[in-house]
Amino acid sequence: MKLVKFTKKGIYCIPGKFYLDPWLPVDYAIISHGHADHARSGMKYYLCQTDSKAILKHRLGANIHIESLNYNQPKMINGVQVSFFPAGHVIGSAQIRLEYKGFVVVFTGDYKVKNDYLTVPFEPIKCHEFITESTFGLPIYNWLPEAQLQQQMQDWVIKNQSHNRTSVFLGYSLGKAQRIMKMMEHVDQIYVHSAIHNLNNAIEGSGISLPKTELLTYDFKKEALQNKIVIMPPGLLGSKLLKKVPNAATAICSGWMQIRGNRRWQAVDAGFAVSDHADWNGLLAAVKATEAEKVYVTHGSQATFSKYLNEIGIPSAEVKTEYGTEEEEKEVATEKPVSS
Amino acid sequence: MKHFSDLISAIEITNKTNAKIDALLDYLTIAPNSDKLWLITLFTGKRPPRPVKTTLMRQWCMEITGYPEWLFLESYSSVGDLGETIALMLPDPTHQIEKSLTDWMNELLALKPKSDAVKKEYVLHAWSGLEMQERLIFNKLIGGSFRIGVSKKTLVNALSKYSGIDANQLMHSIIGNWDINSISFEDLLNGEHINYDNSKPYPFCLAYALEKELPDLGTPHQWQVEYKWDGIRGQIVKRNGEIFIWSRGEELVTSQFPELIASMESFKEDFVIDGEILALKDNAVLLFNDLQKRLNRKNVSKKMLEEIPVGFYGYDLLEWNGEDIRSKPLSYRRQLLEVLLKSNLNDDNIVISEIIEFNAWRELDAVRNSAREFNSEGLMLKQKNSPYHTGRKKGDWWKWKVDPLTIDAVMIYAQKGSGRRSSKYTDYTFAVKKDDGLVTVAKAYSGLTDVEITEISRFVNKNAIEKFGPVRTVKPELVFEIAFEGIALSNRHKSGVALRFPRILRWRRDKTVAEIDTIEQVKLLITNPN
Repeated sequence: MKLVKFTKKGIYCIPGKFYLDPWLPVDYAIISHGHADHARSGMKYYLCQTDSKAILKHRLGANIHIESLNYNQPKMINGVQVSFFPAGHVIGSAQIRLEYKGFVVVFTGDYKVKNDYLTVPFEPIKCHEFITESTFGLPIYNWLPEAQLQQQMQDWVIKNQSHNRTSVFLGYSLGKAQRIMKMMEHVDQIYVHSAIHNLNNAIEGSGISLPKTELLTYDFKKEALQNKIVIMPPGLLGSKLLKKVPNAATAICSGWMQIRGNRRWQAVDAGFAVSDHADWNGLLAAVKATEAEKVYVTHGSQATFSKYLNEIGIPSAEVKTEYGTEEEEKEVATEKPVSS
Repeated sequence: MKHFSDLISAIEITNKTNAKIDALLDYLTIAPNSDKLWLITLFTGKRPPRPVKTTLMRQWCMEITGYPEWLFLESYSSVGDLGETIALMLPDPTHQIEKSLTDWMNELLALKPKSDAVKKEYVLHAWSGLEMQERLIFNKLIGGSFRIGVSKKTLVNALSKYSGIDANQLMHSIIGNWDINSISFEDLLNGEHINYDNSKPYPFCLAYALEKELPDLGTPHQWQVEYKWDGIRGQIVKRNGEIFIWSRGEELVTSQFPELIASMESFKEDFVIDGEILALKDNAVLLFNDLQKRLNRKNVSKKMLEEIPVGFYGYDLLEWNGEDIRSKPLSYRRQLLEVLLKSNLNDDNIVISEIIEFNAWRELDAVRNSAREFNSEGLMLKQKNSPYHTGRKKGDWWKWKVDPLTIDAVMIYAQKGSGRRSSKYTDYTFAVKKDDGLVTVAKAYSGLTDVEITEISRFVNKNAIEKFGPVRTVKPELVFEIAFEGIALSNRHKSGVALRFPRILRWRRDKTVAEIDTIEQVKLLITNPN
């Protein structure tokens, strides 16, 4: 059965007459999560998961037509049953499940299988067709357990403090920033850039509590910041604001930091492989758990991952989409996946 | 190995020399002396021969993970480093091994003559007992280079800070001949081994590119001006009847140039001369391209010796009958060099570098502009009262190269770099027009900013034809101005020409592929085809 097709505007549900994360303006868009490459402006109607609603309004405008559903709360659209399941990527991120006459398709958007104790954990769903991302679809990408990663980052902050240095983490505003906040909770006072601060307000506005942070104003007092923790979007690497931070030790937080060459590309003091995407084993586990008869692979290492799935007996095809660039390019070049 | 692993992590992340020195200092403070000796060994390129072949390591990694070869290679081309690729791919460790750097190195040395089966058992046991970063270091210890940007100078500065011994003296000690099994860390630093070492070279004195106007250098008579030659900078060391030739890379290349040794044997004195190894025929300097054919050969055939005879242009005298005269002024050293070289007239392949006489600075412009006609790369300006410095020091010695030749070419292939550059497409192949198509003329890796490289990487990702493998063929669209130092006819290149030191001068966003040079235009740049 052909429930969805891949078009120039995005992933289209044929009987449902709606699009999933379209990149060109359409009438009805179902959105997996709030990153700019998945949630774009110009759609007449939006449907998203409840926790994403405030984020989308914050990013796309308060007057968009938007409706939301809780996880696992089905809605019928033109005979297609639409429901959201946790994707574990960022707050409010969802896999989109479509069911029509007993045939099930799941679109992951972006996802992470490991629990970060902040977002609702990823939930595997059985389906006939699975449309998965593949950002880190190479066997060199395997993340450390969250606790170990957190320990490394906290040790880094403590070492910085012993050298009288202020720890600056660079991570994009939606997702990474909140995750770093969670990892640094109770370590010391956390200052966040206004882009992160505003997003935090939007998230808290929908009833989710986040670790306590201070707004980093442009006229901050150096003494107040000294030896503390600062979180900024990666685009601010090399900015005047960052240079003003007293004795800053800077770390980029991104899955790409797994590779030494990437860590050394930017002149920073540390790189932590903190990713909001599934690692190689995560992708494989997620695919296998769906028991899907066909797997479509989107943005990232789609050619490689799809070829490998076929070799291990899971029928698969790669799909060209416009995901996997915008959020990262917009906020920072370092986040950009360069390996295709 | 924890400390060594921490050291590597600290060094590799930073591009600040001081941060590297601090990390080295931390290590020197806590590591046992035997490990420090190994650190010096590994960081000065004195590493022992590789005990395990990379092909075997690759094969074992694929066996353990069960991944097909293409997937392994795909990962490798993303990482750009074999040892790191393997370290990242292997499953989590099942046990924990803690050994000192010395223990690891000694075990690896002992492993070298063993059978493949024994090697496999050893390596697999290590892989399953080490964390990712330590596993990476273990793989690096087996072979490959660390590529973390610690120069000998950085290492020596750290050792100097640690020991209080003068950095120049330390440099002398660590580049001399020593064997890790027969010297202690203290003795090495104190230079116990170098007094009886006839071969020791001196650190080369290096020049900066001229960065001011000539008149700002002062009066012409304070300066010694010579041609700059494009060969191999070298030191000929003659002590107690023994002769050694060192290249600037502090490599002993004595056996590669038997004619130089033959000529030097007739000299009575002991000395250390700094100069240039050049291909010399009928008193003319040949292109580097010719000299290159003589390099890195185990045996130099008679035919080779006749076709491409090698000579030596003497620049400076560093030691004279056992006395280190580097702190004496250049004018003094030059005088002695003239006496030495001009009194030995048996052979015409040991020549003193000619001094260019001039009275006014402006006379030098024409000299420099015509330098390429004799295959010289420009001029060297040396303050007559300067000492022979250790390394690069600004002010006394300047190199004033001829302007590079340039062409406009289009990018046709891109490849990811290695080390720091492995995340981007940084290595490019360029083509010019030939008939109705294109022909490759150069590969270039340098000259662009990080921002430009990022932008080009994005273009490559969008416009690449291949999906797999390290090389991407791209639409011939991006035009670059390529600069190079010289050009020669070549049978080994499809285009028929070989460029010397090609690099990217700038990205010509204003030009289209229709405006690039043709191969005929490129060949016109050859001034003296053989």
